[in-house]
Amino acid sequence: MVNHERRMSQLKTKHLLGIKNLDREDIELIFQTAANFKEVINRPIKKVPSLRDVTVANIFFENSTRTKLSFELAEKRLSADVINFSASGSSVKKGETLLDTVNNILAMKVDMVVMRHSSPGAPHFLAKHIDANIVNAGDGTHEHPTQALLDTFSIQQKCGQVEGKKVVIIGDILHSRVALSNIFALQTLGAEVMVCGPATLLPKHIGELGVKVETDIRKALEWCDVANILRIQLERQQMKYFPSLREYSKYFGVNKQLLDSLKKEITIMHPGPINRGVEITSDVADSDHSIILQQVENGVAVRMAVLYLLAGVA
Amino acid sequence: MQKRLLFDSPLLKVTISRLCQQLIEVHEDFSQSVIIGLQPRGIHLAERVRDELQSLIEDEIHLGYLDTTFHRDDFRRRDEPITPSQTKIPFLIENKNVILIDDVLFTGRTVRSALDAMSTFGRPAKVELLVLIDRLYSRDIPVEANYVGRKVNTIQSQKVLVELDEKQKEDHIWLITKEE
Repeated sequence: MVNHERRMSQLKTKHLLGIKNLDREDIELIFQTAANFKEVINRPIKKVPSLRDVTVANIFFENSTRTKLSFELAEKRLSADVINFSASGSSVKKGETLLDTVNNILAMKVDMVVMRHSSPGAPHFLAKHIDANIVNAGDGTHEHPTQALLDTFSIQQKCGQVEGKKVVIIGDILHSRVALSNIFALQTLGAEVMVCGPATLLPKHIGELGVKVETDIRKALEWCDVANILRIQLERQQMKYFPSLREYSKYFGVNKQLLDSLKKEITIMHPGPINRGVEITSDVADSDHSIILQQVENGVAVRMAVLYLLAGVA
Repeated sequence: MQKRLLFDSPLLKVTISRLCQQLIEVHEDFSQSVIIGLQPRGIHLAERVRDELQSLIEDEIHLGYLDTTFHRDDFRRRDEPITPSQTKIPFLIENKNVILIDDVLFTGRTVRSALDAMSTFGRPAKVELLVLIDRLYSRDIPVEANYVGRKVNTIQSQKVLVELDEKQKEDHIWLITKEE
């Protein structure tokens, strides 16, 4: 018998603060919806009217190109009204508090807030005090949930499923919110996770999250199906964690010779922006095994899904 | 709860066959016409109509699936959002005659959202609507079907339950009345 019930489903949460607050069902619902939106953004006319009466504020207290563009595009493809705010050139510089800034924006009748902030927990603080749906677009070194969702969604699209896959996250784990969110998302979906990098850039007790730890990149690559290579975040590093970029590149950079010597195919991912020649060489970044640009495409679809589903909870 | 049988398998077969004859009268060899089933429940009917037409016409009949979820006007106004289904229209609808197919025509809102959703794929020359069951006097907006399997008088609280069997042996379409 064919099933004719209309399936109704919604997220169990009103805000997307971190992957930690999502369960497997939520993530799978987001993936399923994202797959539908991926079809939408490949149509001749890429816009749907779902969020026609919703206003979204993109509040970025920290620099961003990709995430901000991706969110803005996702909002516009859903027909939401969008306002943008960035900390530079605003009253934040005049000493206004975070809560005051956001309350002022909400007084203009905004329904959803997409926020990036340099302090971990800033979106959680806001969620306690204001009424709008909040999407965390990165809070300091804590979480970056939409990036992890689009990374795992990309793995699912490329490999068929996430469950049982071996994923290594390479690079600056200490300063990376992408790494933490990815670990949570991959584990929730049943993948095995390893982190790899110089010992100075691996948090001391990271093993307690249930991930494997490796400091030899060759061993890490031999183990994995998918390698997610992170950017070296020089702007967050207050001290020297490694002697030079050249040395980092020599011991932890992923290049073609290294991959060729493994005699197996590894899917290469990178959340961007790429430092070509540092953590990854151009011939690897532009190779057939790299899904870096698919990640960007999937990013818009995943963010559309998140905004759509959160708007449905309100 | 009372159940009244509106269609069983033999009657459904006869009705689909009649609807297909009506379609051929208008669309002839279907060289300029395509069929689009509305997700999620219209697609099984659309597949049967396509199969029946294909047995009568030599050229390939194009069938697509259209999901209207993102174009609905009740998002954020109902309790829970509807989970979207797949949209798959692997042909051009520009300047074609499009026949939209759904199982039940009730308030007309799904058809309205389908017209919107379809316009994101191009501008058809003409759009028609085929439904199996037309629930009379219950429209919220002025939408009417061109081809109707059966017209049924219903009241708001009644429900139409469609159970289609893949083997086409045990099809049942019920009108369900809940007792107060």
